[in-house]
Amino acid sequence: MTDETVTEPLGPVTTLATPIRLDFEFTPGVAQSRFLRGLEQGKFMGQRCPKCGKVYVPSRGSCPTDGVPTTEDVELANVGTVTTYCVVNVPFAGQSIEIPYICAQVLLDGANLSFMGLIQEIPTDEIRMGMRVEAVWVEREELKPSLASVRYFRPSGEPDADYETFKEYL
Amino acid sequence: MPESEALHASHRLEYPYSRSVGPVIGAFLTGLREGRLLGVRGAGGSVIVPPTEYDPTTGGDTGEMVEVGPGGVVESWAWVSHPLPKHPLPSPFAWALIRLDGADTALLHAVDSGGPDQLASGDRVTVRFRPAAERIGAMADIESFVPQGGAPR
Ligand SMILES: [Zn+2]
Repeated sequence: MTDETVTEPLGPVTTLATPIRLDFEFTPGVAQSRFLRGLEQGKFMGQRCPKCGKVYVPSRGSCPTDGVPTTEDVELANVGTVTTYCVVNVPFAGQSIEIPYICAQVLLDGANLSFMGLIQEIPTDEIRMGMRVEAVWVEREELKPSLASVRYFRPSGEPDADYETFKEYL
Repeated sequence: MPESEALHASHRLEYPYSRSVGPVIGAFLTGLREGRLLGVRGAGGSVIVPPTEYDPTTGGDTGEMVEVGPGGVVESWAWVSHPLPKHPLPSPFAWALIRLDGADTALLHAVDSGGPDQLASGDRVTVRFRPAAERIGAMADIESFVPQGGAPR
């Protein structure tokens, strides 16, 4: 900066940025690593409980009801049902998606556990419980062992699922 | 899948807080941005640096801002052999309590003395600000203090 530089006079300091930061080395464990490696291949991998037969996705490696290890790997469908949802209208720090957007619990066909997904390609006032959706993945070469490999879910065009088929998962 | 095949990744959890500083600390930080060290007049005429909104002995309001430094005296210090990323200096330095000229209390900051054998309590140091264009009104506007005269002993 030279002496010729003309800058607007700065006002008094009124705020101070005080970020708090924690750096972790995160290990998802063997069971969730399997799920993440499935995402890297463009598929949803779950695990079935040998006792009650429920399929968990992502699996934590054991059945929370029976307390036994889940050993059988199950590949799940690319389609599922919106069990419940939320339309996000509130901006927040670090937001990466343009508001409003839909955040939904998606129950993949063949799974007994729903997980959270972004719903796109539909006006936010048309989302509904029971809507059938399909996963839209990133390009093949961009697949990573991360949920970021799933860009979002979009309506699959199938008729809505009957409430009876997903009421247990709310 | 063998255990060794479990994934791992670095993960940063960060909250971007900002806090309002109030009129007194605000004036202090504004001073730093301008390359000046400011204290505040407390009860009985003592000068408190860094300034507070209240007098620590009486609890009453503090008064006018007073310019202090840029030199001062090291009251005590501890050597940091292995600085961390969040520390003010990348090379080994001392955390020191520095009583600035004109102040009655000590300010905690880094002293870049070159080595622990080149610093002693009672030594005179002087402030080293960051370049004006880099100063934002924060404690880090002071890069460090250095032995007065600059030359290591
Ligand atoms: Zn079970």
